[in-house]
Amino acid sequence: MKPSEQNPLEEAQICAQYANAPDALIEILHDVQTKHGFIAESSQIIIAEALNITRAEVHGVVSFYDDFKTSQPAQLALKICRGEACQAMGANELLSQVKEIAVGKSISVEPVYCLGNCALAPAAMIGSKLHGQLNSGNLDILIGGAKK
Amino acid sequence: MSTLLYISKDSGAVSVGANEVAFEIMAEASKRGLDLEIVRTGSRGMYWLEPLIEVATTNGRIGYGPINVQDVASLFDAGLIDGNEHKLCIGQVEKLPYLAKQHRQLFVRAGLADPLDLEAYENLGGLKSLKTCLALKPEAIVQRVLSSGLRGRGGAGFPAGIKWKTVADQNAAQKYICCNADEGDSGTFADRMVMEGDPFSLLEGMIIAGFATGANKGLLYVRSEYPTAINTLKSAIGILQQAGILGKNIQDTGFDFDVKVRRGAGSYVCGEESAMLESLEGKRGQVRVKPPIPAISGLFGQPTLVHNVLTLASVLSILPDDAASYNDLGHGKSHGTQAFQLAGNIKYGGLVEVPFGITLRTLIEDFGGGTASGRPFKCAQLGGPLGAYVDASMLDLTMDYETLAAAGAMLGHGGVVVFDDTIDMAQMARFAFEFCAIESCGKCTPCRIGAVRGYETIDKIVAGDDQSQNLELIKDLCSTMEEGSLCAMGGLTPLPVLSALKLFPADFGLLCEPLE
Repeated sequence: MKPSEQNPLEEAQICAQYANAPDALIEILHDVQTKHGFIAESSQIIIAEALNITRAEVHGVVSFYDDFKTSQPAQLALKICRGEACQAMGANELLSQVKEIAVGKSISVEPVYCLGNCALAPAAMIGSKLHGQLNSGNLDILIGGAKK
Repeated sequence: MSTLLYISKDSGAVSVGANEVAFEIMAEASKRGLDLEIVRTGSRGMYWLEPLIEVATTNGRIGYGPINVQDVASLFDAGLIDGNEHKLCIGQVEKLPYLAKQHRQLFVRAGLADPLDLEAYENLGGLKSLKTCLALKPEAIVQRVLSSGLRGRGGAGFPAGIKWKTVADQNAAQKYICCNADEGDSGTFADRMVMEGDPFSLLEGMIIAGFATGANKGLLYVRSEYPTAINTLKSAIGILQQAGILGKNIQDTGFDFDVKVRRGAGSYVCGEESAMLESLEGKRGQVRVKPPIPAISGLFGQPTLVHNVLTLASVLSILPDDAASYNDLGHGKSHGTQAFQLAGNIKYGGLVEVPFGITLRTLIEDFGGGTASGRPFKCAQLGGPLGAYVDASMLDLTMDYETLAAAGAMLGHGGVVVFDDTIDMAQMARFAFEFCAIESCGKCTPCRIGAVRGYETIDKIVAGDDQSQNLELIKDLCSTMEEGSLCAMGGLTPLPVLSALKLFPADFGLLCEPLE
């Protein structure tokens, strides 16, 4: 069952927490995604209704910002930083390695652009945890540890 | 009496194991029946030492780092509690040359105390500025900011006082203070350090700005990649509200001011002030046409003071002390101190706050210790992804706005990303276009399409196709992007591209004359 089919009240409640203010759309989308893991089209319809804006406007915001996902995420999300500071410390090679490790598993791999950990490059998010000074040695261990 | 032990909870320190180390230390102390109190602080900004632990002794705070969980037992064996010798001991932290040679004003409290301890903040000089300002006339505060010469620290370096005066002079029912905490430049983490390590200083700066310009609402736009900063700020706001420093009738002056934290959602261009305002209005982060400037028509069309985190926190350095002394520090038209951030392939990465006028060589070699890999230095990118690359022949440049601009480079937000000789500069030039294509808001054709055509053309050059013609094309494309883009996203992408081509033609396999 899609999140909003289960309980359409949830999205409506989140919107109400922000007084249904259209300028709070990004906060609302974050909260909905935290709850369900992604933002379904059905959720977008409810949000548009509650905020009295168009579905196109909601879709426009969801599609603009990289954070917002519209489908069920993998069990483990890996976000590898490809910012210049991390590239200076081998991030691109790390990304290739990570993609290999992820093959055949419920692990998503995506590049991100700066985690603010630039003096401890290369950096990555493994699930919800930030890691610095990654290398081919600790990568396997950290990913393995996160899946449990 | 408990021994006090300080460990950072800064997200960088945590990313290399600070929480695990703290836990192990508590467990070990408990096992040995030792009376230890752990204080979690912000980071000192010496990241190669993290996780860094500091023990309070009669001889000051003695540091040990970088500490692994496996080191903890041996530390206790050696007498950690008394600040005894150990192979990981670095002595008195305050005496380390890296810190002692800095001139910390903005980062004076970095790593000293629990960032959410309001009493500690006051003891370390906090709230002095606010108390002074609330007793002054708003016009007097604006005048002090003007005469201090404070320039915006986001990257543009615009005189802050002019913005304050403009907002103060507007006649409007509602004005806003918007803090731009969308620190998206690779190589920068100063804003993050302030938000995580000294949040009250930022909030104090915002309250003063509100008082001086007539704004009663503040918004903090924090990038979502900084969850620790977001949570810390929310807690700090709650604490200040409880203490009557935020909210209605602050310190019985009749002045109301409240602040809300708003999250970004993974968009680099939302660091551009007008795209940020669009985002705060719940929309796609598209850049606005200026004029009107935000100071006149900003958030929801109201007069809005938009400032970077460091600029707002810098207000405390100007008041209550004489604005003139801030003005005296620095070099040329760049007044005061700058928080440089050393990053990338650098041995001693961290936060270096010094007056403007230091050379790049001093930063990279004296403070930074050269490359982390030990391999030869090839180049550094200054000022973020939209900044120029500089090579070894440019290391004696003085770091200030005007000198760098004259040399075809950019100070930006103070980031210095170091590369060794294994870096392929053709790939970095390609990345500059690629990054622009990914992060472009899409409004301007030269940026949106130019970026894509840009990396395609770099690929052709690298493959050896019609190099001379394609170089001309890149030159032409870059000039179009510079002149035809509404903001720096498209407008400054040519800077890293052209500097890479000029300085490292061999990386592109160029068989013809390199670009001028």
